[in-house]
Amino acid sequence: MDALIRNFFNVEVMYKARILLWIGLKVTLQLSAVSLVLAILVGLLLASLRNLHNKVLNALIIAYVDLFRALPTIVLFMLVYFALPYLGVCMPPFWAAVLTLTVNGAAYFEEIFRAGIESIEKGQTEAAKALGLNFSQTMRHVILPQAVRVVLPPATSNSLELIKTTVLASVIALPELLKQAQQAHGLFANPTPLVEAALIFLLLLWPLVRLTGYLEKKFG
Amino acid sequence: MEIRNLIHYFFNGRVFLDTLPQLGQGLWVTVQIAFLSISMGFVLGLALAVIRVAVKRITNVWPIRLLNLPIAFYVDALRSIPPLVTLVVVYYALPYLGIYILRFWAAVLTFAVVLSAFAEEIFRAGIESIGREQAEAARSLGLSYLQMMHYVIIPQGFRVAIPPLTSRTIAVTKDVSLASVIGVADLLKEARAAQAFLANPTPLISAALLFTLVFLPLVRISMYLEKRLAK
Repeated sequence: MDALIRNFFNVEVMYKARILLWIGLKVTLQLSAVSLVLAILVGLLLASLRNLHNKVLNALIIAYVDLFRALPTIVLFMLVYFALPYLGVCMPPFWAAVLTLTVNGAAYFEEIFRAGIESIEKGQTEAAKALGLNFSQTMRHVILPQAVRVVLPPATSNSLELIKTTVLASVIALPELLKQAQQAHGLFANPTPLVEAALIFLLLLWPLVRLTGYLEKKFG
Repeated sequence: MEIRNLIHYFFNGRVFLDTLPQLGQGLWVTVQIAFLSISMGFVLGLALAVIRVAVKRITNVWPIRLLNLPIAFYVDALRSIPPLVTLVVVYYALPYLGIYILRFWAAVLTFAVVLSAFAEEIFRAGIESIGREQAEAARSLGLSYLQMMHYVIIPQGFRVAIPPLTSRTIAVTKDVSLASVIGVADLLKEARAAQAFLANPTPLISAALLFTLVFLPLVRISMYLEKRLAK
């Protein structure tokens, strides 16, 4: 019990590591926010483009979605950060992480938004067209508001997964929460910061886990 | 960015062939971890789900119902904490308590418990989707609780559970490459080692292609199952 408190819940180490972890938390939150917004926007764009029913465009989007759903995200991180520089494409870790999380997350969001769009009958699109609405107006005023109900539960769950995936940025040396906790662990020779990082994620994401369950029950 | 550079660095035939055996060894380790953690995760998840449903259904006495709280916390915690964080805690923090686990088994343990948390939720939803009257009918036929679970509830609940279980299993199996972070010589670790040794990222591209070859059919199957169940 004493060993547990001294090594896992050491208040002194928590105090010493507070600034390191605070910086890490800020980076994690920034990375999550930027990537989440971009992934949703790109996913929405791809799903809308797929609704144009252009064969070539659809084939390209399907290939994109399949590829990124099949590829483990950590492999993608490594490709972007360790392989692209050989072609002269160098990025700071933060933007490499944003790029990775965006292209990866967008593949999942595209599927979710497409299911939402497809859940609305074709007659509505035709009616909107007959009323003289153009493509973007139809999307904005007719299709999207209804699709939200179908989309909300899986989109919430996918956002949760995306935020959890931000910790992979630690492998490309981005000082996010996990990386900072690992640094603090090395610095103080005490694993309390690692446990703390786990607890911070638990506190941060538990409400989202509960929300996902609630939405699935409500709309499912 | 010249096309010659692209071929030399990303699709270098000689590097590809030279590193293929090494990558094959890594892939074998990945497959072993995946197989072990999936089987352990399923068994543990199913056991937890059966216990949770049993406690909920058998009694209304609240002190007994409290037995479910640790399970609920276990499930929620493992769903909230990123698997990589869990892996790092298991491998780097547990030794301070005198618990030493080999890298390979630290990875298996982590992915098994993460999968078990998701599997518990999915199995429980599956079991609860089967009406109470079936359970009552089975009991009135003289089946014991375990027999009822074995012959009546689980076979039906399993069908409901298959699509979400498939996609979650694929997600956890993709996470197996996180084991490279704690130094397990899996496919990704071997690819990174070969890349560093040869100063050429072709092995990384080969690893990405191998992963895609393995996972693409699985992703397609899971999408197909989801669509079929939705009908």
